[in-house]
Amino acid sequence: MSPNVGRRRFLLGGAVVGTAALATACTGNDPESSASQAPAPASTGANDAPGQKVVIGFSAPAADHGWIAAIAKNAEATAGQYSDVEFKAVEPTDDINTQIAAVESLIAAKVNALVLLPNDGQQLNQIARKASDAGIPVVNLDRIFPDKLSYRTWIGGDNYGMGVAAGHYVGAKLKDKGVANPVILEIQGIATLPLTQDRSKGFADALKTYGFAVTARQAAQFTVQSGNEVTGNLLQAHKKIDAIWNHDDDQGVGVLAAIKESGRGEFFMVGGAGSANAMREIQSGSGVLEATVTYSPTMASSAVRLARLIAQGKGMTDLVEHQVPQSLTLASETITRDNVDEYLPLGFES
Amino acid sequence: MKGTPTLAAVKAPAALTRSAGALAGRRHLGLIAALALLALVGLLTQPDNFATSSNAVSVLALASTIGVITVGMTFVIIGGGIDLSVGAVMALASVWATTLATQSYGPVVMAVCAVLVGTGAGAVSGLLVAYGRMVPFIATLAMMVAASGLAQRLSDRRTQLVKPENDAIVALSTTRWLGLPILVYVFAAVVAAGWVLLNRTTFGRRTYAVGGNPEAARLAGIDVRRHTLYLYALSGFCCGVAALLIMARTTTGSSTHGNLYELDAIAAVIIGGTLLTGGRGTIIGSILGLLIFTVITNLFILNGLNTSDQLVAKGLIIVVAVLLQRRGLPGTT
Repeated sequence: MSPNVGRRRFLLGGAVVGTAALATACTGNDPESSASQAPAPASTGANDAPGQKVVIGFSAPAADHGWIAAIAKNAEATAGQYSDVEFKAVEPTDDINTQIAAVESLIAAKVNALVLLPNDGQQLNQIARKASDAGIPVVNLDRIFPDKLSYRTWIGGDNYGMGVAAGHYVGAKLKDKGVANPVILEIQGIATLPLTQDRSKGFADALKTYGFAVTARQAAQFTVQSGNEVTGNLLQAHKKIDAIWNHDDDQGVGVLAAIKESGRGEFFMVGGAGSANAMREIQSGSGVLEATVTYSPTMASSAVRLARLIAQGKGMTDLVEHQVPQSLTLASETITRDNVDEYLPLGFES
Repeated sequence: MKGTPTLAAVKAPAALTRSAGALAGRRHLGLIAALALLALVGLLTQPDNFATSSNAVSVLALASTIGVITVGMTFVIIGGGIDLSVGAVMALASVWATTLATQSYGPVVMAVCAVLVGTGAGAVSGLLVAYGRMVPFIATLAMMVAASGLAQRLSDRRTQLVKPENDAIVALSTTRWLGLPILVYVFAAVVAAGWVLLNRTTFGRRTYAVGGNPEAARLAGIDVRRHTLYLYALSGFCCGVAALLIMARTTTGSSTHGNLYELDAIAAVIIGGTLLTGGRGTIIGSILGLLIFTVITNLFILNGLNTSDQLVAKGLIIVVAVLLQRRGLPGTT
């Protein structure tokens, strides 16, 4: 028995040491060049001149996706550009209860404006309403609160418009080529989400204007692995494909890997969201990915800018009105090889 | 020291394997019939797409990742345990192996790292079960939650791409020998090694003995606790290999990999005729069970059907398989 114990201790000790060495050697994840600058604005007006000092509170879900990670990063970087903004971000969380408590702490701190991306608009409506009632203007980011008394301004993306933009790109291109009865595939995110249904409806509606329809539609789960599995099977189901629209560039990494593995290339593909990775792929022009339609996390930068203007009582320079609008729906922009250089700095890392 | 009990122990599991083998042989026929039925459905609904070599390759490549995990799971379940942490451990290994720091050492270190992380996590579960006397369900549930949390932490919940200079990893999926991607050969090698280990070695006989009746195994001189530790480490090792394959297929490491793999792997093992109470089961059965699942996914997508209905179909198959097993084994526990 005793030699066994000795050997076991030795093995265990070795394992512990090895694990510790591995832990210190292999978990570092700092990129060589951390490009943490704020997205460059489209244009700057006189509004950028330093004004009255304001405190902006910020709360968002914990990142489960490159997109959410970029939201938090963009908000902070933009706030950092202004000498008159003090940025108070609370710890991101996926738990509704924790986010409510976090927003409460921001209300108690009497911030001048709040930028909120709720985990769920319905469930956080009460606390946003409480902030508004306390006289703190709330800039609601993307996931909308059902009660208009809960926020001062909503800014977010356009899921239907994303589908429309993708549909127009695919439709126009196939029409130009003169393809009759094209095989058009659609790889969705989570099929049951309203945002996914909006995207699919926009895509179908835009294709209809060209007389085309979606041939087959499959849902992945917004993950690389599910995108990979679904695409592997879809490629088997359709021997000749003309175009693919994939809703999400993060899962698109898996989609592209499956396409590369199959060696197929008779079709072109359009992505969604606008990740830096997808943009580099478009720029290289070596694969099937030709374009992506944006649902850009730069909206967080814009939201912080709006919150600052609202807190300082300013309007938007290009508009006649003295106050910031109540609602801003961002257009889904189409990124192709021709304009990708312009967008690359805005892309988010997945 | 080791007199009569050892003799009995060697004889008993051997007899058990033989009778189990005969039973399993019959059950394998059922599984093969089920696969043939699915193939018939495929031929009827998709005559042009189903019975092509490229579709067969696609199904095998899809089955490879989870297939490797299923082999490890079969050992654990035959040994009387269960491992709920497989999906999370695979995700953790894939993330750990694709951090920028690990990637700077090149593809070989990445592969070794994935396997070591998997084996290490499995060994921790094994220690908790064998020496901490925790119920396997609880110990591996804890490992599942912790590994998934650690994977999220390491990756900052981002998708980590395999860098171009480490393309040797991706080559496992893109390079083909005789028409098959290398990862299918890896899968085949793991299945073959698993089969030999389970059927032709003392380790395999001990696994049946430990799962069938741990007390008898202990009296027969088997160090049950150490053997249990080995079984979980083996399952972790398989997760590490699977992590390597998923990195090859998706070109990424991510904390979202392996979602619900534990359920798919356990289901495949159960359909394959392995008793959840341990002591009886086969690798071939598990692999056939897994292929049934993979072919169903393939059939649903080929026919453009809803992915949610697929889950319902899989649930039904588990129920039917277990009901058939109960009828086939009257009087067994």
